[in-house]
Amino acid sequence: MSTQQIKHLSDVVVRFSGDSGDGMQLTGTLFSDAAAVLGNGISTFPDFPAEIRAPQGTVAGVSGFQVHLGNSRMATPGDFCDALVAMNPAALKANAKWLKRDATVILDGDSLNEKELRKAGFATDDPIAELGLAGYNVVAPNITSMTREAVEGLGCDVKSATKCKNMFALGICFYLYNKPMEHTFEYIERKFGKKDPVIAEANVRALKAGYNYSANTHIFANTYDIAPAADLAAGTYRTINGNQATAWGFIAASQKSGRPLFCGSYPITPATVILEELAKRRDLGVKTVQAEDEIAGICTSIGAAFAGSLAVTTTSGPGLSLKSEAMGLAVMTELPLVVVDVQRGGPSTGLPTKTEQSDLLQALYGRNGEAPMVVIAASTPSDCFHYAFWAGKIALERMTPVLLLTDGFIANGSEPWRVPAMKDYPEIKAPVVESVEGDFFCYDRDPETAARSWAIPGTPALEHRIGGLEKDKRRGSVSHDPQNHQTMTEMRAEKVARVAGVIPVQEVVGDPEGDLLVVGWGGTRGHLQSAVEKMRAEGKRVSLCHFNWINPLPRGVEEIFSRFGRIVVCELNMGQFAGYLRMNFPGVAFAQYNKVQGLPFTVDELVGHFDSLLKQD
Amino acid sequence: MSQNCIYSAADFKSDQEVKWCPGCGDHAVLSSMQGALAQIATEDGVPREKFTVVSGIGCSSRFPYYVKTYGFHGIHGRAAAIATGVKTANPSLNVWVATGDGDSLAIGGNHFIHAVRRNIDLTMMLFNNEIYGLTKGQYSPTTKLGKVTKTSPFGTVEKPFKPGELCIGAGGTFFARSVDAEVALTRELLVAGARHRGMAVVEALVNCVIFNDKTHALFAGDKATRAENTILLKHGEKMIFGAARDKGLVFDGGQLKVVAADDPRVLVHDAHAADPMVHFLLAGMAWPEYPVALGIIRQVEAPTYDGEVARQVAEQQAAASRISDVDGLLGSGATWVM
Repeated sequence: MSTQQIKHLSDVVVRFSGDSGDGMQLTGTLFSDAAAVLGNGISTFPDFPAEIRAPQGTVAGVSGFQVHLGNSRMATPGDFCDALVAMNPAALKANAKWLKRDATVILDGDSLNEKELRKAGFATDDPIAELGLAGYNVVAPNITSMTREAVEGLGCDVKSATKCKNMFALGICFYLYNKPMEHTFEYIERKFGKKDPVIAEANVRALKAGYNYSANTHIFANTYDIAPAADLAAGTYRTINGNQATAWGFIAASQKSGRPLFCGSYPITPATVILEELAKRRDLGVKTVQAEDEIAGICTSIGAAFAGSLAVTTTSGPGLSLKSEAMGLAVMTELPLVVVDVQRGGPSTGLPTKTEQSDLLQALYGRNGEAPMVVIAASTPSDCFHYAFWAGKIALERMTPVLLLTDGFIANGSEPWRVPAMKDYPEIKAPVVESVEGDFFCYDRDPETAARSWAIPGTPALEHRIGGLEKDKRRGSVSHDPQNHQTMTEMRAEKVARVAGVIPVQEVVGDPEGDLLVVGWGGTRGHLQSAVEKMRAEGKRVSLCHFNWINPLPRGVEEIFSRFGRIVVCELNMGQFAGYLRMNFPGVAFAQYNKVQGLPFTVDELVGHFDSLLKQD
Repeated sequence: MSQNCIYSAADFKSDQEVKWCPGCGDHAVLSSMQGALAQIATEDGVPREKFTVVSGIGCSSRFPYYVKTYGFHGIHGRAAAIATGVKTANPSLNVWVATGDGDSLAIGGNHFIHAVRRNIDLTMMLFNNEIYGLTKGQYSPTTKLGKVTKTSPFGTVEKPFKPGELCIGAGGTFFARSVDAEVALTRELLVAGARHRGMAVVEALVNCVIFNDKTHALFAGDKATRAENTILLKHGEKMIFGAARDKGLVFDGGQLKVVAADDPRVLVHDAHAADPMVHFLLAGMAWPEYPVALGIIRQVEAPTYDGEVARQVAEQQAAASRISDVDGLLGSGATWVM
């Protein structure tokens, strides 16, 4: 059996799936990290249920992790997979629809029993035939029993031994894609080495056993190699997910501004990791308060902003609803606060672990009164760092609350990130006043930015009082004067509008004119750009105009819109940004492409839709 | 400003016109508070700029505008949460909360109990007039059972909270009570509350002359009534009350009982007792069965939330393995060079 060859591929998509408790998120992450360290471009997509341990063996309880690795920068985690690891029949059933035509399926043969098949809802004992996968390359090694054999003699109980089966599966994948195991050995040593050497050894043995089993039995006709990405710039890299990047972006803004960072927050999926990351960083002076509720989360932050901090609060849709009144307070008191909304499927509790972009209008308008806020949307896991930094910079320099939108897809997804140097980031200068000649007026404004003066409690002679009642335009005292309210309302709007002067002019990916302009915002960038680039490679006159700055909109947008025959606004909602654009650009016609399935777009469906639009011309 | 400045109450009067109704009990508490601030500023060397007063919504929550310190007038119910942020972010500030029975016990009940539970170093003035005044006369969580108000035309059907029970039940380390007319006592309790390390709740029984006039009058209407129907608790002193100081409190059959003052079992007040059981009973005493307890009912030492957060920051910043800046953070953990 020496016919086995290594085939060289430009990119592959691997999907790991199993029960919620099978460790598929970790397995997928370890596989991705091993590929990234070797220089592959990667993009990942964790896809898991809301329940921590949904009923074992059921389709509802299946947890998945997809990674796209290739020899260039990967913009998306891929639509369909080349290889699927399914630890039980339910995982196979839940994921069969994501298989490419010639995909490899790695099933745990031990799980193909009557009980598991029935739990997964199969009618027969042949799930392959039932799902119509007869032509696929299906292998079904007995992963569970071979894992138990591999760790025999270490003194693990059956439960602990069985838990190592994800490592066996990972070993198979490392073999299939010619990836070394060293990175995972190091991880296991870090994680368990000192704490539990027996478990560490069991994991190492299972991993090796999976690898060696594949090598010895020639289970696959071929193995594959994906060369390192050539288009990644030289530098130090790490993998990062969107939530971690968001947390770190705020720490960077705090360091650059010299203002301490404070985060008052309440745990909510899928935003919680931001609070967790910040809670670790007492060494950098970060203070976190895990508040009693969402309202206290934002209110503690408003208090901290009043006391001189760069204050952030983090949440997801339902929590944003609860924070609405307090956001208005931050608008009125003009304090530096960043509210992060990691969007998920709604309304109400909705789809906690699934992605959506349906909080846009709430972010823009979901407050009583005329309460404009700067709204920014990050678009990739790593650019969450950049936009969190800028959200902090604008909040501090403009004395305004800023709403930063991310979503479950980019928050949980990860990619390699070339680590930036802080010296390359701009300074942040908050309008802190330490003394004044004569009387102090806390609502006196910077003529350029319209930011009010920030006198921090503890500063002698600048005692003042602010609050949620309308403020006198200079003194900050309560004012019910009609003209003052008009002036202050206009001034708060003007302050936000002036931010357009410091943000980049809107850019276009592709030619500045053409037949079709694809418009998107936030976390859909990878899929939209991939679709547009694919079509451009086929010679089609398609470009992408992708927005990160939502309010105010950047300069140059109308000019871009005027140069295309047709414009389609693509969103994971029912058309909120399209409506916003219609309001801002009433003379422009916008078509829509919308999806609310709790899933990202697929490049495939986007290309299909754009092609059909081009054919209509 | 140096620590040797001498302040008077006038130094803490803002230039804003006080807009409470004539006869409102809040005027008296404002006067007590300005006196208390002057006393703390002078005796403890706290310069005026270190004081920050935070409030929610309601008549009493207009308080920050009338005090010449840093002030923050928040939104309904959230004063304790806002103040928690102020104090955690900057523990060197002397942070006060002005709030009412509607603000802190209804819409802000959650923040109230959690601020108490965390023992964050705030001084809360809880104005209890047993009514919603600013919205013009609806019943509150402390309104007496059966009271006819605009939203209870046939009388309320819900049992009121006693703020002291709630505070002590939530693990409170300091609870005291005064009445509006006792300006000197209120001032004394506010000073003690501010000096207490942790969350101090000072309940002020105040009269709403418009919507709930004389709600406290039967036991606190005038000096003689108060002498007869309230008990001023002092740590280390016997629990004796009455205009003729002829009555005392004993512990009998698992509850407090009013007896003659010469009963050898009359209790000595131990505000510092770790066990909150007697404090809970004292806070819950209601007229006419019992005298209403005034003074410091409970005062015990415990770590403060803001102090513990600051301690963790200091410890982590002193750790040898610490990450010291953002570049260090970005380069931490698994990285590779391309």
